[in-house]
Formats: sequence, structure tokens, C-alpha cells
Amino acid sequence: MQFDQLLQYTLSGLSTGAIYALIGIGFSIIYNATGIINFAQGEFVMLGGMLTLLFLETLQLPLWAAIPCAIAASTVAGVLFERLAIRPLRKPTPINLVIITIGGSILIRGLAMLAWGKDTHALPPFSGDEPIAIAGATILPQHLWILAITLIIVSVNRFYFYHTISGKAMRACSYNRRAAGLVGIDVRRMVLFSFMISSAMGAVAGIIVAPLTMTAYDVGVMLGLKGFCAAIIGGMSSGLATVIGGLILGVLESLGAGLISSGYKDAIAFIILLLLLFIRPQGLFGKSESERV
Amino acid sequence: MNRDLLKFLAFATMILAAPLAFQGGYLMNVLVFVGIHTMLAIGLNLLLGYAGQISLGHAGFFGLGAYLSGILTTSYAWNPWLALPLSALIVGGVAFLIGFPILKLKGHYLAMATLGLGIIIYIVFNETVELTGGPSGLSGIPNLSIGTFTFDTDVKNYYLIWAVTLGIILLALNLANSRVGRALRAVHDSEVAARVVGVNARLLKVQIFALSAVISSVAGSLYAHTMTFVAPASFGFNFSIELLTMVVIGGLGSIYGSFLGAALLTLLPEFLRAAHDYDIIIYGSLLMVMVMFMPGGLVRGIPDLFKKIFKGRGGADHA
Amino acid sequence: MLEVSGITQIFGGVTALEDVSFRINKGDITGVIGPNGAGKTTLFNIITGIYTQTAGRVTLNDKDVSGLPPEKLARLKMVRTFQNIELFGGMTVLENVMVGLHTRSSSGLLACSLRMPWNRIEEKRIRQEALKWLEFTGITDLADVIAGNLPFGKGRMLEIARALAVEPTIILMDEPAAGLNSQETLGLARLIQQIRALGITVVLVEHDMELVMDICDRIVVLNLGRKLAEGTPREIQENQEVIAAYLGEE
Repeated sequence: MQFDQLLQYTLSGLSTGAIYALIGIGFSIIYNATGIINFAQGEFVMLGGMLTLLFLETLQLPLWAAIPCAIAASTVAGVLFERLAIRPLRKPTPINLVIITIGGSILIRGLAMLAWGKDTHALPPFSGDEPIAIAGATILPQHLWILAITLIIVSVNRFYFYHTISGKAMRACSYNRRAAGLVGIDVRRMVLFSFMISSAMGAVAGIIVAPLTMTAYDVGVMLGLKGFCAAIIGGMSSGLATVIGGLILGVLESLGAGLISSGYKDAIAFIILLLLLFIRPQGLFGKSESERV
Repeated sequence: MNRDLLKFLAFATMILAAPLAFQGGYLMNVLVFVGIHTMLAIGLNLLLGYAGQISLGHAGFFGLGAYLSGILTTSYAWNPWLALPLSALIVGGVAFLIGFPILKLKGHYLAMATLGLGIIIYIVFNETVELTGGPSGLSGIPNLSIGTFTFDTDVKNYYLIWAVTLGIILLALNLANSRVGRALRAVHDSEVAARVVGVNARLLKVQIFALSAVISSVAGSLYAHTMTFVAPASFGFNFSIELLTMVVIGGLGSIYGSFLGAALLTLLPEFLRAAHDYDIIIYGSLLMVMVMFMPGGLVRGIPDLFKKIFKGRGGADHA
Repeated sequence: MLEVSGITQIFGGVTALEDVSFRINKGDITGVIGPNGAGKTTLFNIITGIYTQTAGRVTLNDKDVSGLPPEKLARLKMVRTFQNIELFGGMTVLENVMVGLHTRSSSGLLACSLRMPWNRIEEKRIRQEALKWLEFTGITDLADVIAGNLPFGKGRMLEIARALAVEPTIILMDEPAAGLNSQETLGLARLIQQIRALGITVVLVEHDMELVMDICDRIVVLNLGRKLAEGTPREIQENQEVIAAYLGEE
């Protein structure tokens, strides 16, 4: 096991990990604002990539225009999802919420399959595909894009949640919804915002990774689950902890695939997920909660 | 109590007489699957509808039963009638052990954990090629037979499968109205109150989880011997969702509802043959619509609907 | 019969209970009172195994039961009712009480699914005994009503019937009079005395002073997580510190 091989796995793992982190933050934002785990989160990731393709090829827009349009369209999808699936729910028990978000994810996936078929599609990389050498390992420019954009988004997130009124209002909702409502915060609007932000972030994640891994109608399932795993590692934080969670997951997965077996690559994430849920469900960084009866 | 028995006998009669009405043909094959799916749906319903615990990985137990029976009877030339109960025992044991840590989780976390479990099992099926044949599957699984009588036609398999399914329906009905069934429903309604009067909620949940897994395993073994061929694709996440849809549509907590849901979701694709690719959209829409408008499933929703429609006419309609 | 010694409970940075100790005598009706936030329900939750205390011990009949979960305590014949009644809303009133007989029956998964003969006999017995308890609390006519549809007062009675079905030696009631009108409260007082007449020790957390002073043999007063006083109703009524604690709060 040579150093440069190790480095290679680690670097590509960091880049996939960044994607998981973005998706995981999306899960956390909705969960913190509403208590709901949005099983459909992965589908917004898928929509990001697929919609970019739509704007790029069908509508012949240049890449720098297609991307914002795709993000906007995904956000609209997020709004529709919240309005049509979540809000009208009469009995929001955990089982019903799980079923509805699963149903929604299947529906979105099915519509995507109808629209674009089952083939995989490639998105052009943002700035070419000349490999860059770093200490014996090679990475592609797209990897740098991923890391850079993730950094930017996480920073913007932090700024939003800690330094703007609206962001602070959302945090208030996550700590105590009733109290937030009582001090005049429009909780329902916060719920909507959380879906909008999460679907936008998910779409971005899908767009920046698509040039590397191709995109298809069903990429959302696995990506969503792994993003969820990152969120669990991070204790459902919408900030640094989940980022670290995603990176850890990405690197472990990459190392596992490279050193042990690539067929079991996907299993690694789920084994980690199960172990965490069994042993430390509050994540590596969360504090255990005591329940008040 | 007698009313329930009559209902069951009427149902059993309908099931046993069905082949006479359909006289063999392609539909018989589908009806065999309705039987298998009903078994699976009931197993899941005991866990989800009665005990209130979500599982999105039940296809995994189904697959384990199928593969265990398949491997034992092909690579090791075991007698299928021995392989079936052994597989069920193994799957039940695994479920029992895993049940303890997994059922400590609730709601979304439990859903994700069972999802993860199901996917891990699916990946194992795909990757352990020497044992399972990998993605191309395992073939040459023998039909079940008693002496010289072999279950090798759709009609024979229909009766075999439905004999078992009817037995399971009876067991489930008995369970529902018993001490254990009440304890289960109590845990579902208020776990803390159940514990306060002495119900060991944790153990009970694990027991039902294991029972549910055993039923799924038996269904899997029977499936393997009926099809003589199994492949991982039948045991993935999509099928787990299909099972969930069957239970939800039929009605959580209703045994006959599970039959209804299973029948609907097995027969519907046959009638929408051309729309094969649309099935995933239909499942998604059905799930959402049911949860939004008929949370009690068809078994409760349809009678309620009738009552609403006929109420306006001032009629005392006994729906 | 029941002894609490040195119970301390700390949640995060808040000390909910500090070094609380007292003894409950067998056959007594004991009231636990105190201003809001005194820690009464927390204490109850600790005694009945729902919380685990930070320090201290709970002893039942000289057996250390600290940290035992509720289901084990039920087998040791200690049972409780809840402030916000916890009914099995999807089941009938009768079925609710039948669940109360869980520890007094034994058919397992196999026996139940196969309807073994001893299971059938046991079912009949469970039904009959459950009906007895419905009669005791005066709700026999509601036997087939779905518990979730009951008016609050009847729901209280159901919860008590269900608890009694365990045939406990000690029952702890968390604010049983909460939400009851004065007539229902009188009925409750009578019921509690009938429960004691069966030989069951009763411990109540209550805010309704009239009820407490009326039926309790002994009273324990908590304030701000500490035991303030202990004694007969008259002693408590004349206790200056207790009066100050209540008046000071108003």
C-alpha cells in the first residue's frame, strides 16, 4: 500500500465526501426546521443534474446559464413538494411522513424516468478535464470545483444562519417551534424556506458531481442515503459537523473500495450508518438528549 | 369470535375455488404471486400495522429465505422440506439478534436503519457470486414434491402457496385478538403505559420483528421453489417499497386489507401491461394519495366513502 | 413499604431534586404536594422507573428497585397512572383493562397464534376479571367504546381500572383529580378509599388541596426540589414553612 495510492483514494474520497456533506446538510436543515426526514432529498440532487442537462441540450443554453436555471427549477420542485405533499398531511405521524416522503421520491424518480429515460448522461466538466498532479496522485479540475463550491456554500450557510434575521429565525424554529411561533416567527414560512434551501443545495450537489459520475434518473437513491449517513455522523447539524461527517464517509468509502473491494463500496456507507444508529445515534458530535415525559 | 371464523371460511372457500373459475392459464401464475405477496404483506403488517414499527428492508428477509433455500437445495442437494424450516430458523434468528439494537430506534431512524439493512443484504446477494450466482441469479432450484407428486404446475403451486398463506392468515387473526396482539397494539398506542402495566415492549417488538422475518423467509423459500430461479433484482429496495405500499393501501392493522393491497398491486401491473415502466410512478402516487386521503387504507376508506355518499340520500346504507 | 432515600436528579444544569428522602407506610394514602416546579412528577418518574436518578435509592419492601424499568416494577406489583392519561386509544375500554392483566397471564406468541386450549381458557378469565375492574370503577357500560373517544373523566377511571387490573400492592397516581369537576373529584376520593380498602397502598401527587387534606393519612411537601415537610394533614396545615412556600408563590 503505497503513499501515493493512499493519497489518491483520500483525495477522491474528500471530493465525494464533500457531495455527501452538501446533501447531508440539506437533510439537516429540513429536519431541524420541521422534524421531518425528507426521504426525497436525494431526488433533488438528481434533478439538479438532469435539469441542467435539459437546459443545456434541449434549450441550448450555455453552461453558465443552464446551471442557475436548473437550481431555480429544482427549488421550485422543492416548493411544490412541500406544498403538495407535506403541508396537506392531516395526520403527520412519523409513519405517515416517512411514507409520504418515500412516495414523493418515487414519484419524482418516475417522472424523471418518463422524461429522460433510463440512460445515463454526462455533463461537461466546468473547466476541462486535464488531470492535475499532486504529490503522486492525480485529481481532476472538477474535484477542485467540488471542494471550492462546497466551501463557499457551507460558508454562506453559516453566514445565513448566524448573521441574518431569517436564518436566526429558522434556528429558533429548530430549537423550539412553539416558542418561535409565539414570538412572531412565521413557522410555516420557515418550513417552506427550509425545503427551498435544501432542494437548492441538493441540486448544486447534483450538478457539481454529475461531470464526474454521470447522471441518471435513479442516482438520487444512493446519494440521498449516503447524504443522510453524513448527516447522522454530524448529529444532524447544518454546519461543520455534517461536513466532517460527509468527508469521513467519503474517505472511508473510497479507501474501502480501493483497499478491500469495490463491489461492497456502497455497503460501507450503510454499515457505518447502522453502527452509528446502534451505538451513537446522536452522531460523533451531538450531545445525547434526555426525554421529558 | 364465530363471526370471524365465518369470514375466514368464506375467504378460504373463495380462494380455494378460484382456480376452477380461471381454469389454469396465465392468470394462475399471477394468482400464485398474489399468494406470496399476501404472505409478505401480512408479515410486514404485523410489524407495521400492529406494533407500529417501520421496516423498509423486508425484501431482504424475503431474499434471504429464497437464497438460503435455493443454495441449500442446489449446491448442497438438501431436501427442500428441510431447507425451508432451517432457512426460516436462521433468518428468524438473525432478525431476533439484529432486532434488539435496531428496534431501539424509532420513526425515521428506524426506517433508515431497516433501509440500510435491506440494501446491505441486497449487495451481499450481488457480490457473493460463488455462492449466489451474483447478478445473473441462481437457477436449477428444484420444485417441492411429496413422494412422486411434484408441485410443478401453476395450479399445484397455487394450492401449495395458498394453503400456507391461509394458515398464516389464521395465525395472524388469532394473534390479533389475543393477549399478545393486545400487548402489541398497546405498545403502538402508548409504549410507556404498556410498560407500566408490565408489557416488555422491547422484547415484544423484537419477537414480532423476528416473526415477521420468519414469515418473509418462508415466502422466499416457497418463491424459490416455485420459480426455480432467483436473482438479486427481485429483493431490492424497490420491492421493499412495493410491500410497504401493499400494506398501506390495504390498511395498516387489517389482515384482509393486506390481501387486498397485495392482490391490487400484483394484478394491476398485469392489466396495465403496456404501462410497465409507469408502475413506479403509480406506486409513488398511490402511497401519497392513500396517506393523504385514506390513512386507514382501502379496508376502512371504502366503507367510509360509501357512508359519505349515501348519507346524503337519507338512506341507512349498511356498507 | 416504599422508601425513597437521598434522591437527587440533575438534568443538564438544573437540579430538579436534591436529597429527597421519605417513607411510605403500607396501607396508607400518602399525598405528595408542593408548588409548581417542586419536582413532584420528576420524583414520580424516578420511583416508577421512567427516569434514572442521578443519585439516591428507591426501596420497595426492602428490595432495592433503583433503576428498574417500569415493566419489571409492574411484576413487583407497583403501578402508576399518568397526569395526561395515557390510554390505548385504538382499543376498546375493555381491551385496555385486559392489557392491564398482562402480568397475570402468560400465553406467548405460539400459544396465542395457535389458540391452544389453555389460551382459550385464559382469554375467558382475562375477560371476566377485566369486567370486574370496569365495575369497580363504574364504567361497565362503556366496555365496548373505543378508548380514544372517551370523555376525560371516564378516561381517568379507565386508566385507574387498568392499573388496578395489575393487582398491585402499591399504586402511584399523578394528579388524578386534574381536569375533573367537583362531582367527579368526590367520586375519585371515594374510589381511592375503596382502593385502600382492598389493601393497596396509595401515593398521590396532587394540587387539589381539599382532596389531599380530606383523604390522605400522611403528606409529604416538596418545594424547589427539596423535601420541605412531612406529616399528618393537620401538621402540614399548621406548618409555617409550608404556608410560606405556597403563599410566597402566589
